[in-house]
Amino acid sequence: MYYYAMKMLIGDRAKYIGIIIGLTFASLLITQQSAIFAGVMSRTFSFLTDVGLPDIWVVDPQVQYIDDIKPLQDTKVIRIRGVTGVEWAVPLYKGSLRARLDNGTFQTCITIGLDDETLIGGPPRMISGKISDLRRNDGVIVDDVGAKGKLARQGPNGTRIPLRVGDTLELNDHRVFVVGICKITETFQANPVIYTTYSRATTFAPQERKLLSFVIAKATAGEDPEVVCDRIREATGLVAYTPAKFKKLTFYYYLKYTGMPINFLTAVALGFIVGITISGQTFYNFTLDNLRYFGTLKAMGTTNSTLLKMILLQALIVGAIGYGLGVGLASAWGALLSGRTQIAFYLPWQLLLITAAAVLFICLSAAALSIRKVMKLEPAVVFRS
Amino acid sequence: MSAPIPSPTTHKIAVRCQGVTKTFGTGAAAFQALRGVDLEVRTGELLMLVGPSGCGKTTLISVIAGVLRRDGGTCDVFDHDYQTMTEQETTRFRGKHIGFVFQAFNLIPTLTAAENVSTPLVIKGMNRKPAVVEAREMLRKVGFDQRMEESSPVDLSGGQQQRVAIARALVHQPDLIVCDEPTSALDSETGHKVMELMRGLALASNRALIVVTHDARIYEFADRIARMEDGRITGIETPQKPASPASEHSTSLKP
Repeated sequence: MYYYAMKMLIGDRAKYIGIIIGLTFASLLITQQSAIFAGVMSRTFSFLTDVGLPDIWVVDPQVQYIDDIKPLQDTKVIRIRGVTGVEWAVPLYKGSLRARLDNGTFQTCITIGLDDETLIGGPPRMISGKISDLRRNDGVIVDDVGAKGKLARQGPNGTRIPLRVGDTLELNDHRVFVVGICKITETFQANPVIYTTYSRATTFAPQERKLLSFVIAKATAGEDPEVVCDRIREATGLVAYTPAKFKKLTFYYYLKYTGMPINFLTAVALGFIVGITISGQTFYNFTLDNLRYFGTLKAMGTTNSTLLKMILLQALIVGAIGYGLGVGLASAWGALLSGRTQIAFYLPWQLLLITAAAVLFICLSAAALSIRKVMKLEPAVVFRS
Repeated sequence: MSAPIPSPTTHKIAVRCQGVTKTFGTGAAAFQALRGVDLEVRTGELLMLVGPSGCGKTTLISVIAGVLRRDGGTCDVFDHDYQTMTEQETTRFRGKHIGFVFQAFNLIPTLTAAENVSTPLVIKGMNRKPAVVEAREMLRKVGFDQRMEESSPVDLSGGQQQRVAIARALVHQPDLIVCDEPTSALDSETGHKVMELMRGLALASNRALIVVTHDARIYEFADRIARMEDGRITGIETPQKPASPASEHSTSLKP
């Protein structure tokens, strides 16, 4: 009977296509908006993702997220190095500095100052040059998106000429040389990122009493970083996080204090409502149109459980097709734009499951209404002309 | 084509109804559709139920076919009483023992003619492919154009659709066939061909056939005609002439 259930469904072309379009649209909207949301949220802690070596981040107790810089005294590095279980600890500067461009305009850049000796905290991948080139006089490394985009020079015909190794920049009234181009995870602010040494970064930065943004540290082998974090808290009065905890703190800050979740959830809800109204309604109408035939099958001996399975099968078929098309279109959209634009698009398998659950819910809701109607159907209806 | 009136000795009782009542609605809106119907139908017999609209004909065949529960009286179909069966048992009983021919044919438009005919076999548990093969054979038996077997019912004429509906009612070899106005949508000539077909094929296997009709042109095909009025059977008559495809189509009845 299931083959015939499929033929009943597919045979009614207009409704079949209508249901699929509704589910595809719902699935596309839910997947795409969720993936953009996930992409944007993952950028909020991209710096933590890129600085992979340390397993402890020490910050001021008032810090709420990664970009909430509350400078520390430089001496804190030494105190942290003295805590049991700390293998090493180095300073890290992070701040916003203005770069003056060729055309006289200014561009705010995220500047990262790495420990002069070890250069720990540097970019994860170099496209040209080496991290050690930062040791050259006034050397900086620029991220490739910034180099090609906001920091690019104007060519004679209005074309943009990307920054290259050997070019110069003016960073807060200091001339610097580009010694490398790096690839980093895109940032939430979408500003160019410039890496230099800690001492140079603090020279470029506007003078303040304290300039140390973070102390990054490594627990000695065999030590639980969580335990070492507790020891640092006790010894220094500062707060220490593992990268995972710091990411979580940052993620929840943005979730709680920005309107992003509401905006994206509204779009996702819209997709869900579209799915329920268009597909659910059309599927229910499809069942109503076929009620006479369900009644006929019932009169001829088809049990309620078989009819229930037939309707569920019909709902699951349109659900699977709509889901596949929607997710496929969303993925294609993401793949197409991710390489060419700075759009944030991150589609982990969990989001695919969430979309699948949403589409399944839409289908089962539509099927439930239809099933109720068919279950209550008196087979005697077949004798009504 | 003509069949002798089934005798009590050679034909067993297919349907026995005694004092069957059925009321729709409650209170002031209650409508008593059946007011104590007594009826017997034997195997090998074609019984027609006739009477004015609203007299209870369709309600009675619905009760006999097990698609509607009666309120009172008794009604045994091949010694089975639906009232003592669960809904699922009744459904399975219908699938095995009863064939239906509907006024509006009720063929599923998205299935082919052969697939429509195969549905009772598939419902009984047969695999689709052998069921369709059997369905094609049955379609040939009812004189259906072989080239149209894969056509959708919407592409068929009324007569062709009725042949498909008859093939569907017969394909699973039911013991009782109930037909609701099988010729109402057909012209006179096609209606006669359909009735000849039903008599020939349906009764050949010693089945019982109950036909509800308003169409006086087909009375001659009946072994007995039960007249209904106001939810009661007011008389059972036997047509004067035995049914024959070559015979004059007489509507005169002997008391």
